[in-house]
This record gives sequence, C-alpha cells and structure tokens, in this order.
Amino acid sequence: MITMEHVCKTYRIAKRNAGFSEACKALFHREYEEIHALKDVSFTIDNGEMVGYIGPNGAGKSSTIKILSGILTPDSGNVTVDGRLLRNSGGRVPLTKQERCSRIEHVSQIGVVFGQRSQLWWDVPVIDSFELLKDIYSISEPVYRDNLDELTELLNLKELLRTPTRQLSLGQRMRCEIAASLLHNPRILFLDEPTIGLDAVSKLAVRDFVKKLNKNHGTTVILTTHDMQDIEALASRIILIGKGQILMDGGLEDIKRGGESMDETLAELYRTYEI
Amino acid sequence: MKKYFSFFQLRLTTGLQYRTAAIAGMTTQFFWGFMEIMVFHAFYEADPSAYPMTMEATASYVWLQQALLAFFGAWMFEGEIFETINNGNLAYELCRPIHIYDMWFARSVALRLSRALLRCIPILAVAAFLPKGYGLGLPASMTAFLWFLITLIFGLLVMVALNMLVYVTSLFTISGDGLKILFCSVVEIFSGQIIPLPFFPERIQRILELNPFASMGNVPFRIYSGNLEGQEMNKAIVIQILWLIALIGLGKLIGARGERRAIVQGG
Amino acid sequence: MKKQKVCGLKLYLHYLSIICRSAMQYKASFLLMAIGQFLVSFSVFLGVYFMFQRFSNVKGFTYSEVLLCFSVMLMEFSLAEIWARGFDTFPSMIRQGTFDRVLLRPRSEVLQVLGSKFELVRIGKVLQAVVMFVYGMIHVDVQWTAAKALTVVFMLIGGTGLFTGLFMIYAALSFFTLDGLEFMNLFTDGAREYGKYPFGVYGKRMLQLTTFVIPYALVQHYPLLYILDRRDNPVYIFVPLMALWFLIPSYALWRYGVRKYKSSGS
Repeated sequence: MITMEHVCKTYRIAKRNAGFSEACKALFHREYEEIHALKDVSFTIDNGEMVGYIGPNGAGKSSTIKILSGILTPDSGNVTVDGRLLRNSGGRVPLTKQERCSRIEHVSQIGVVFGQRSQLWWDVPVIDSFELLKDIYSISEPVYRDNLDELTELLNLKELLRTPTRQLSLGQRMRCEIAASLLHNPRILFLDEPTIGLDAVSKLAVRDFVKKLNKNHGTTVILTTHDMQDIEALASRIILIGKGQILMDGGLEDIKRGGESMDETLAELYRTYEI
Repeated sequence: MKKYFSFFQLRLTTGLQYRTAAIAGMTTQFFWGFMEIMVFHAFYEADPSAYPMTMEATASYVWLQQALLAFFGAWMFEGEIFETINNGNLAYELCRPIHIYDMWFARSVALRLSRALLRCIPILAVAAFLPKGYGLGLPASMTAFLWFLITLIFGLLVMVALNMLVYVTSLFTISGDGLKILFCSVVEIFSGQIIPLPFFPERIQRILELNPFASMGNVPFRIYSGNLEGQEMNKAIVIQILWLIALIGLGKLIGARGERRAIVQGG
Repeated sequence: MKKQKVCGLKLYLHYLSIICRSAMQYKASFLLMAIGQFLVSFSVFLGVYFMFQRFSNVKGFTYSEVLLCFSVMLMEFSLAEIWARGFDTFPSMIRQGTFDRVLLRPRSEVLQVLGSKFELVRIGKVLQAVVMFVYGMIHVDVQWTAAKALTVVFMLIGGTGLFTGLFMIYAALSFFTLDGLEFMNLFTDGAREYGKYPFGVYGKRMLQLTTFVIPYALVQHYPLLYILDRRDNPVYIFVPLMALWFLIPSYALWRYGVRKYKSSGS
C-alpha cells in the first residue's frame, strides 16, 4: 500500500536573464526563483491497483515518482510504501545509518521503467545485462531462472536476448527494459511513459503484458503517460495533477463522457482546471 | 561582417553568464603558472649559466602564456563543428550563402578572443604585482610592446589556421579523435608551451623556429620581454606571415575538396 | 525475508567484465585512443628530457631520479584514472540523469559509480610510465632492495588512493554546481604535471602544503628520498600508505553530496 500525506516539495533555481548587461549584473548578484513542484499532495493506492498518474508537463508527476521511488526526499509530509516510511517531515535532518539502509531496502522492492532512458548496457547482449542485474539485486538462481523464463515467454524476448542492446529497435528495447525492471519480483512497478515513440504493435504488446502482470502477480502499477489510450487500456483509477496539486482522483467512468475520445476528455479537463 | 560581430557578442555574453567557471578558470591558470615558475626557479638555481633567457623574461613568458591560454591552447576545438561534420548537418551549412572555411575561421577566432578577453586581464593584473623574477615584468620597450600586440594577432591567426586544417581534414575521415590527440601533443611541445623554445638544445631550436608551431605564442611572448629583437625578430615575423598565408591557402584548398566530396556523397 | 547478498567484489568484477566486453566491440578505436594517451604524456616527457640536456640536476635530483618520480606519479594518476573514471566523469552522469538509476538500485552508490566506467585506454599512459620507470631504475645510482620495491608498491597504492579521493571530491562537488569545476584540474591533472618533480623542488611552503593538506608528497617526495638513500629510517617505507587518510574526508563530502542530491533532485 502506498500513502502520501501532505507532501510538499520546492525547488530553488537561479534565474538567468537575457542580454549583455543582465549577464554582467549576474556576475555580482543572482536572483533565485522558487518552484513549488508539489503543494500538499495526498493520496492512497492499494495493493494491486493500476493507477494512471496524469497531468501536463511540469505538473509534478516526475517529482512524485521520484519521491515514491525513494530517490528524492520531500520537504514535508509523510510517505509510506508497503509499510516502509520513506521520509517524514523536515528534509534537513541528516540521514542516519538506519535510513541509509532503507534506500537499499526500499529500491530492492520496486521496479522502475523510464521510457526515455535505458538501463541496459548498450554494447553487450541483453542477457548479459540481465545477468548483471541478477548480481546487483542478489537474485537467487532458481528465482532468476523462473522469472527470466516467464518474462521471456510473455514479452517474447527469445530472439532478442542474444542481441546487443544498441541493435534493438525501440519497441524491442522497451520490452527488454520492462523485463529488466521485473527480474527481482518487485511488488510495485513505476512506468514512466513506457509507450513513448513505440509503434502500434509494440504498444499493444506492452499494454497486454502489464495487464497480465497485474492480474497474475497482483503487482501494483503506477503509470505516467501522455498517451490516453494507455490510460484507457490499463488504469482503473486516474489521478490528475496540475500545478503541484491533486485536482481529481477517480475512476475512468467519472471523467469519461459519451461520444468523446479520451484525448478530448483530457483536453477538456485541462481547460476546466486551467492547467 | 556584421553577422560575425554579433556572433562574437553572443559568445561574450554566454561567457559572462558562467561567472563561477570564469573565476575557477582564472584561479586554475594562476596557480598553474605559479607552479611552472617555481620549476624554472629550481632549474635556475641549479645552473644559472646554462639559462638561455633571463629569469624575468621566463616569468613574463609563463604569465603571458597562462593569461592567453585561450589564444594558443591546441585542444580548444569547437565541438559544434565536429558535430556538424559527423551528424550530417553539414548539408544545411552548405545551403547557406557563406563560405564554410571563412565562417568556421571567424567562429574559431571569436571563441578564442572571447575566452581570452574575459580571463587575461585579472591574471595579468595580479601577476604584475608579484616580485621581480616571479611576476610579469614590463615590456622591454614601447616598440617591443607594439610588436608584441601585432605578432600576438598573427599568432592567433596561425593557431586558428592550424585548427582549420584539422577541421577540413576531418571532412574526409569519420573519426578525428586520433588526429586531434596527435595534433595537440605536437603543438604543445613544438610551440613552446611545455618549455619555451630557447630551452631546447640549440640545434633543435634552429629547426623548430622554422616550423608553423613556433609562429604562435613563441614569437609575441619573447618579443614582449626583449628576448627576441632586431634581426631575429624581423625574421620571425616574416616566417609568421608566410606560414599564415600558406596554412590558410592549404586549408581552403582541402576545404573546397571536402565540400565537393560532401556534396557528391550527400553530406 | 533476508536474502544472501552477492558480495561487492564479485559484483564489481562482473561490472568490469561487461565494460571490457563492450570496449572490445571497438578494437580499432581502442588502440588509437591508447596510442593517443601515450602521446599526450610523451610530450611532457620530452619537456623533461630537453631540460636535462641543459641542466645536470634540479635541487640535487638528477635526470634518472626525476624520471623515477615522474613515472611513479604518472602511474598512480593513470591507475586512478582507469578505475575511478566514473567519478572523473561524474558531472555527465548528473547531467544525463543516470545517477537516478544508480539510486534506484539496491547497492552502494560508490560501488555502482566505480563500476560504471573502467577507462582501459589509459593503459597507454601506464605503459609510458613503466618504460620511464625501468629506465630510471637502471640508471639511478642506488642499490635496489626488497624494502625499496615494497616502498614503490606502497607508493602506487597510496597515490592511486589519493587521486581516487580527489576524483571523488570532484564528483561530490558536481552535486552542488556544474559550473567552475575546472579548478579541480589543478589538484588532479595539475598535481600529476607538477608532481613529475619531487614536491621539495617547489620550496618549503609547498612541501608543507603537500604533506599536511593534500598529501601528494607522502606518495612521492618522502618515499623517494628513502629509495634514493637520502633517508634510511624504515618508517619511510610506510609513509605512502598514510596518504590514504585523504579518502575519509573525500568520502564524507561525497555522502553529503548524495544527501543534497536526494533533497534537491538536481
């Protein structure tokens, strides 16, 4: 179970103005701008749920994902994932030894796929990357065998395993990326734009697989995407975030109106909330 | 001409934005120069009679070299130019009504000038206050200073013309990495950046003075402190000009061939 | 459920094997780059060579003695460059966001960063260092003993550790700013460059600085004095290992940087 309670996150970035004289001024004095990425965000996600996390660019999606996956600490608020308290209020308290272990403990229980980045080693066959991940996650031989066989079959990887990553097409690579994130049996899977740039066949294959994964293993899936067909196919629940706040949390049927396509529905939502 | 000037201005503005980078760069170069002068002092103590320059001239040489590193650093290629060649954007450039050689030449000069202008004054100012034999001395004479400025510009142009040779030859080879490293090592040692040319054995020095690498920093830095003057100086300046003409001519020739080849192969 | 963790060394070797196999995909380029590395430091050697054509010694150190110093320093630096290249190029890891992936894996960050790069092409520099060392060793006017050989080994260990620490500091600083890290070159490339002469050459103040602040002299000047029979206290054999204390503040700064990264996300 995942809970976020009153989570806030603010970034401070240096302003840079155009022009020669402005650049000269910046030599002596620099202004900062505060960006409120998350403003009091709270939600709960149950085990086995498949949630679509949507919102325009810069709405706070990736900050949320980073916080939930334990690589970003919130400024305030409580985050609990599967009973593991990731970080309570006050980002300035130094990490204790206990908490440091908790990153390692936490990340060994989750899987993350970034659609725009690769986690596979570029120049070696895919299977070599998998073998290395086996050592990184300390996966025992029988578990590794089982998972590899299952993933190979479901994602149709048999022909790909011996190919170096750089020679794979985007769709083939994405299937391998997903497999790589699941070798260690994570209970929660974060998918960040998993179908971006894929052709129709690959998109369907990915969606189909995620559905099966959720059904067979009860894996909790959190999906961020701009592709509303992904949401329609996978998510039973949608969380809409804009300007750092949760604007809507509900089922697909709550927002969908007859006769409209998903993209139109979403555009309407964005207009309603002015984001 | 205006487009080259606005490009130069853009460079300077971008340079100013990275204040920390500029300060860090100056500090680095300052300490680097200081360490180098300490080495020369150690050798001076060992045997002053074997010393080919005065200690003051050596110190001035080191400081000018550090302050004007951006003028003569061989490794300062424009990454963008290599990218253009490798990723096929060259085709776009060929469509524009400008000569590739001239444009790249102007860009390289702008890059080096803008970097050097930002950094040289603070370094030289501090170096000027260091004690005699450690700091930057006054120029040998007003005429020497004038010739220093003139040959400095010639030297910069020779450096860029050499850079251009690397750019235009990489129109023919896919990866220029090996070529670049070889080029940098040769320039560093034979242009007097590791040790000034007068420190080389006499015979080798005679030969080195004729090659294009000696026509860069070597000439202005030695004119400044009066180590190079009179007949020798005139000779060095003539060599500088000859090399400049030869290198630009050669570069344009290879460049034109490369362009034609790029067009035939479709970039 | 407590799992049996794969030991760090085994995992590191696994990383290495993948990196080497990747590099072997580009054999020609590898060879060219290795030769290039050789050339870069060769021009520095030429500078030393020509200086000694003119001068017989510097602060009492002869040509072959300086070569010993130069070669050991170059080797220490290059070894660190080979195995700690992940830290040396860490800013690019931050820029490309690959450090997020490191944090997402249940392993220590240091191990993963070390395992991300292994710059074998620097072998060109190591090779040059070996050649210079052998030349210096033969021509230097001392009796070689087992104790002196051990001193050289300790110099390599201490020096590689010291440069690793410096690369780690460089990486840690890139958590705070990507601007102006250029000044760190002074302590890495600069130290290698000026460390070709024993730091005693640069005067007393510099020797103190390189003894107590950044302990270059511990892996270079002092053990060299022992090897060259200028000192005979056997303590000098172990002096280079003392330079390893430098890894403690380096690691502390790195930890601090990681924590900062996790709270600012950039």
